[in-house]
Amino acid sequence: MKIVVKNYEWMKEIPPTPLSRPGPGSMGMTGRWRAERPVINYEKCKKCGMCWTYCPENAIVFSKDEGPRINYNYCKGCLVCVEECPYDAIKVEREVVEWEK
Amino acid sequence: MSAQRYPLEEYFYPGNASCPGCGATMALRWVLKALGKKSIMVVPACCTSVFMGLYPKSAIGIPVLNIAFAAAAAAASGIVAALKARGKDATVLVWAGDGGTVDIGIQALSGAAERQTDFIYICYDNEAYMNTGIQRSGATPYGAITTTTPILGKREHKKNMPRIMIAHDIPYVATATSGYPHDLFRKVKKAKEKRGATRYIHILAPCPPGWRFDSKLTVKISRLAVRTGMWVLYEVEDGKFRLTGPSKALLDPEKRLPVEEYLKLQGRFSHLTREDIEEIQRWVDRQWELISKMVSKE
Amino acid sequence: MGEVMILTGNYSAAYAAKAARVQVVAAYPITPQTSIVEKIAELIERGEMKCEYVRVESEHSAMAACIGASAAGARAFTATSAHGLAYMHEMLHWAAGARLPIVMAVINRAMGPPWNIWPDHIDSLSQRDTGWIQFYVESNQEFFDTIIQAYRVAEDPEVRMPAMVCGDGFLLSHTYQPVHVLSEKEVEEYLPPYEPPFDISDVDNPVTHGNIVLAEAVGTQVGYMEYRYLMQVGMLKAKDKIKKAADDFKRMFGRYHGALVEEYRTNDAEVVMVSMGTLAAQAKYVVDMLREQGYQVGSVKLRVYRPFPYEDFIRIGRRVKVLVVVDRNASYGYCGISAADIAAALYGEKNPPLIMNFIVGIGGRDVTPDMQAELFMRAFKALEEEKEGFICEWVGLKGD
Repeated sequence: MKIVVKNYEWMKEIPPTPLSRPGPGSMGMTGRWRAERPVINYEKCKKCGMCWTYCPENAIVFSKDEGPRINYNYCKGCLVCVEECPYDAIKVEREVVEWEK
Repeated sequence: MSAQRYPLEEYFYPGNASCPGCGATMALRWVLKALGKKSIMVVPACCTSVFMGLYPKSAIGIPVLNIAFAAAAAAASGIVAALKARGKDATVLVWAGDGGTVDIGIQALSGAAERQTDFIYICYDNEAYMNTGIQRSGATPYGAITTTTPILGKREHKKNMPRIMIAHDIPYVATATSGYPHDLFRKVKKAKEKRGATRYIHILAPCPPGWRFDSKLTVKISRLAVRTGMWVLYEVEDGKFRLTGPSKALLDPEKRLPVEEYLKLQGRFSHLTREDIEEIQRWVDRQWELISKMVSKE
Repeated sequence: MGEVMILTGNYSAAYAAKAARVQVVAAYPITPQTSIVEKIAELIERGEMKCEYVRVESEHSAMAACIGASAAGARAFTATSAHGLAYMHEMLHWAAGARLPIVMAVINRAMGPPWNIWPDHIDSLSQRDTGWIQFYVESNQEFFDTIIQAYRVAEDPEVRMPAMVCGDGFLLSHTYQPVHVLSEKEVEEYLPPYEPPFDISDVDNPVTHGNIVLAEAVGTQVGYMEYRYLMQVGMLKAKDKIKKAADDFKRMFGRYHGALVEEYRTNDAEVVMVSMGTLAAQAKYVVDMLREQGYQVGSVKLRVYRPFPYEDFIRIGRRVKVLVVVDRNASYGYCGISAADIAAALYGEKNPPLIMNFIVGIGGRDVTPDMQAELFMRAFKALEEEKEGFICEWVGLKGD
């Protein structure tokens, strides 16, 4: 009996058990899941932050001065923000996908 | 209610694997905001084990120990013991689904709470085994269609886990729901400060695919659960019971919306008969009779 | 070295946990393990042992708590038996997969039904594929020394696999023997402080442990199977580390119980008996007895069952005529568990020895020296009859 022992480079480069690091995109560009996109009308927006509060994805960045900004790389298009905006300042647009040739 | 009163720091990252409109991630974002950086999270098998994403990335910005289904509260007990042995300090959080809490994980949770383990246990309750594809759990409400109650719907009522936790005489038990994140934030903050023993928070987390509603309605449904009295917002601090948020006004049955307002938006209840709906309404009223006794104790 | 105390196997294990400077113990009582966790509780409450003790509500939780503690940087210990070990099964896989070097004392006991609290090895051998290093000991002294050695091996950066140290219920657990007990200070140099493979309590460098790893290796990324292969590598490396741990222990403390196996009078032996735990201690006595009568016999104690010392069996198999493999266990529908592994090790050897596999002592059925001597005699008879191959038989049954 003989047990073959392999010795690959990758063994030296990784810890013995898988460790993951925090960051965006752990499931990739989830914006691709979207069928409809929320679009903020900044003329109507009062920067109240409700959209940011309820975004289940944390795909809306909020700052006091600039208000909310939607990160379309990750927004999955659930449209909770559209529903919860007290000022009707977010409208829905049909997502148009341009397929790569 | 201005967003500007709450921390902008995020410990939950976008681009994760949660479904659009997820009530659990909506709540988790606010739980992590309230806990802050010096926290360690234990996650048993549940939606979160999947939606935190794929190796080598993770959607969660604090240390996470994934653990087997039944083992979350016990693994957290070990972390708490290790911190003590090493003279280190951090908040230890278990973040578990309803299956991992009211069913398979209840033994470990009950043990840890009886030992007054210094940790926060949060159950996010989407009322079925959603991660495996919507099977009935002990937390599934009466009448709900799941893939293991596919035609008739569940014939038993929901297990009242917060009451079981109150019976453990722990210093803090609270309920919350995704649609009231500021109420949740305040409760997690309070739980964080009550060190030295077990704190328990039970969050009703609406699930668009599992409950069969449009993903944009997560907040609406969450709030309707409270306004109809299907879900009661309260906290029990050192044995003192207190209703919170909109539930404060609902002791009077006249103030509660009919349960139908909540049920009719969800596909899982679409088959219910008039008798079923009346049964659910009776159950809600019975729950509130118990609540009124707890309130009047003060 | 050390103070001599008269201890049961269980107390011996408790004092070993103390000497190993265990930081967290999480345990649940089960006969015949109970006096380990009782003694540890007593040592802690007397202030003689500095350790956090989590009095969990089940064995599943005991192992889960050890996993949490070990991942948060504390040296963790637990102990169990039979049904408790079976109940832990899921978490045994988790501990090994997370590469957490937890050490556990297992007091071997039969599985129910019917209830039976006496020893056999089915409980721990049923866990052989979980990725735990398995030691089997023959005396209370070996129990003490091996728990300390087990931490050293398990925590080695090239190994990082959990280890169970198994001792026979009652035969060791409740039997008093003199034991040289080392102090924490004496063990310090041999066993440096624990360093975890990752630290879940490091809030400044947060990591997620255990989220989904895909089956395939994609691009520069490794997949699930690579991480499982690293467990295989850790286990195979443990062999040398076990030898070194035993040698260094001998050098520092003057005691040696064998490494992966311990051979006794095997040099010129024609027939060698292979056994585990207390049966191996008794086999030495039987070997001496038969040697006096002129029989060329020897004994091999299978001290480490995983990683499996197949090289040792190839080496031993080349010079003996019969291996009498005594299994205090059975794999229903096949043969003794260790005999199957030994036979696999010898597959393809030219002129391999006859393997006579005897299933004995299940559920604490007495195995006497006379019975072991009889098994040797049967081996000599089989030699005369020029038998070959592998024969398995349950012995000591009513009517035998």
